[in-house]
Amino acid sequence: MTEPVISLRSVRADLGSRPVLRGIDLTVERGEVVALLGANGSGKSTAIRTIIGQVPTAAGEIELFGTPRGRFRDWARIGYVPQRTTAAGGVPATVTEIVSSGRLSRARFGMLRRADHEAVRRALEMVGMADRAKDSVDALSGGQHQRVLIARALAAEPELLIMDEPMAGVDLASQEVLARALEEQVARGVTVLLVLHELGPLEPLIDRAVVLRDGCVLHDGPPPRAVGQHALPGHDHVHPHSPEHEPMRTGLLS
Amino acid sequence: MDLLDYAFMQRALLAAVLVGITAPAVGIYLVQRRQALMGDGIGHVAMTGVGLGFLLSWSPVWMATLVSVLGAVLMELIRWYGKTRGDIALAMLFYGGMAGGVMFINLAPGGSNANLTSYLFGSLSTVSASDVTAICVLAAFVVLVTLGLRRQLFAVSQDEEFARVTGLPVRALNLLTAVTAAVTVTVAMRVVGLLLVSALMVVPVAAAQQLSRSFAATFAIAVAIGVTVTIGGTVTSYYQDVPPGATIVLLTIAAFILLTALATPLARRRARAVAARQPAGDPAECAIPATRAPEGTAGV
Repeated sequence: MTEPVISLRSVRADLGSRPVLRGIDLTVERGEVVALLGANGSGKSTAIRTIIGQVPTAAGEIELFGTPRGRFRDWARIGYVPQRTTAAGGVPATVTEIVSSGRLSRARFGMLRRADHEAVRRALEMVGMADRAKDSVDALSGGQHQRVLIARALAAEPELLIMDEPMAGVDLASQEVLARALEEQVARGVTVLLVLHELGPLEPLIDRAVVLRDGCVLHDGPPPRAVGQHALPGHDHVHPHSPEHEPMRTGLLS
Repeated sequence: MDLLDYAFMQRALLAAVLVGITAPAVGIYLVQRRQALMGDGIGHVAMTGVGLGFLLSWSPVWMATLVSVLGAVLMELIRWYGKTRGDIALAMLFYGGMAGGVMFINLAPGGSNANLTSYLFGSLSTVSASDVTAICVLAAFVVLVTLGLRRQLFAVSQDEEFARVTGLPVRALNLLTAVTAAVTVTVAMRVVGLLLVSALMVVPVAAAQQLSRSFAATFAIAVAIGVTVTIGGTVTSYYQDVPPGATIVLLTIAAFILLTALATPLARRRARAVAARQPAGDPAECAIPATRAPEGTAGV
């Protein structure tokens, strides 16, 4: 049994003077796909940003690949997709330029080599954006922009993907492309922790759901079934996969 | 060219070219992180350095470099730790810097605001040989940082949070950007003046954006515009006897307007080309997506 990829023990975090996480325990094992769910303000994004070190912890311990986060340096093992806020910086940049930033965790101060360019090209192919490589990101739709950000995370060829609401504001076509790309990653044994507003097209991939409420873990187990309005027959959940190739993933890859 | 016969013009042109390269090279990162006015703030702080230089009879250029580097580091620290009223702290730094400059220069023996004017608006003809040495050394530092670390600075300026997760030393790079911007301000001080420095950092980048789609192209075009307008402005000021700093800045703005006018049809053609490359099945805005199952047959 190897050590968990992510381990949080009694983690507390404050934003300003407001406690946002009030003692979270969370373990993600190798090869697992874990969804963090919860209402707005429940602490999902803060939990993610605590794990990557963007928000300081007030108490508790975080380990990444068995190393306390403060001493963790092996960032190439992690691919991070932040919550999309502004579409782009103040200066135009091409899709390739953005995705190449993902290689910084592997080629930090040297020149980009052939292997780096190859990895960037592969990442773009995985999200179906290879034909837009030379376009400015300003010209992309919200869904295409999100695909670029995911390609940037994939460019490092990470073992762990951490994604904050990757499906928010993403059109249906892009959702399907992203679900396929993620499925491919999971099949390779990549571990995934992602914040979701609803399971949506990723539902078949999710092994476990952790539901937060008011900064506490409310549920940790199988993904919750759709209830209430979501379960009504008129509510149309669209899945990109046909049922026969929904992957059976019960820790086989760990 | 007869203007090259004069040593002061040689120095002026060399300084102008170096400013034309360095100001947009740093400015592009400031524009990218939406801190376009940071150069202006540093320019205000640098005035205290100039004043102190006169008061202590040290080189105003080096003293301004020292003080503006300290000011830029302070601004960066305020950005980290500043809670809600960071803008107020910055405002105090800017106006404190300006007031300090006026105060110190008037305390200096024989000093008056007239001494300050050449630093506020630039005075190419009074660039001394030692100024040129300082400008060359500082410009070399700026070019080394902005070109050598372009991938790293690009990533940090584009998305700080992501850059941190790649393991980049984000704080160190932010400080380096601030220091480099401060150094650039003092490089440009003698040419365009502290009050006009920011224009040369920002406007060539804004003008270049009208033509470019990539960061690399924006960088190259902005520097090309920077060099063109600084040389053009310096030569014009020699023949027409107009102030070089103001001439350079007005030329930069003219370049921006010209490129914007040229770029509009270009952008339209490019949009058409992109539209032509899109698959024909791309749903029109109001169409119902074809993949959506009809009502009543919804699966799980």
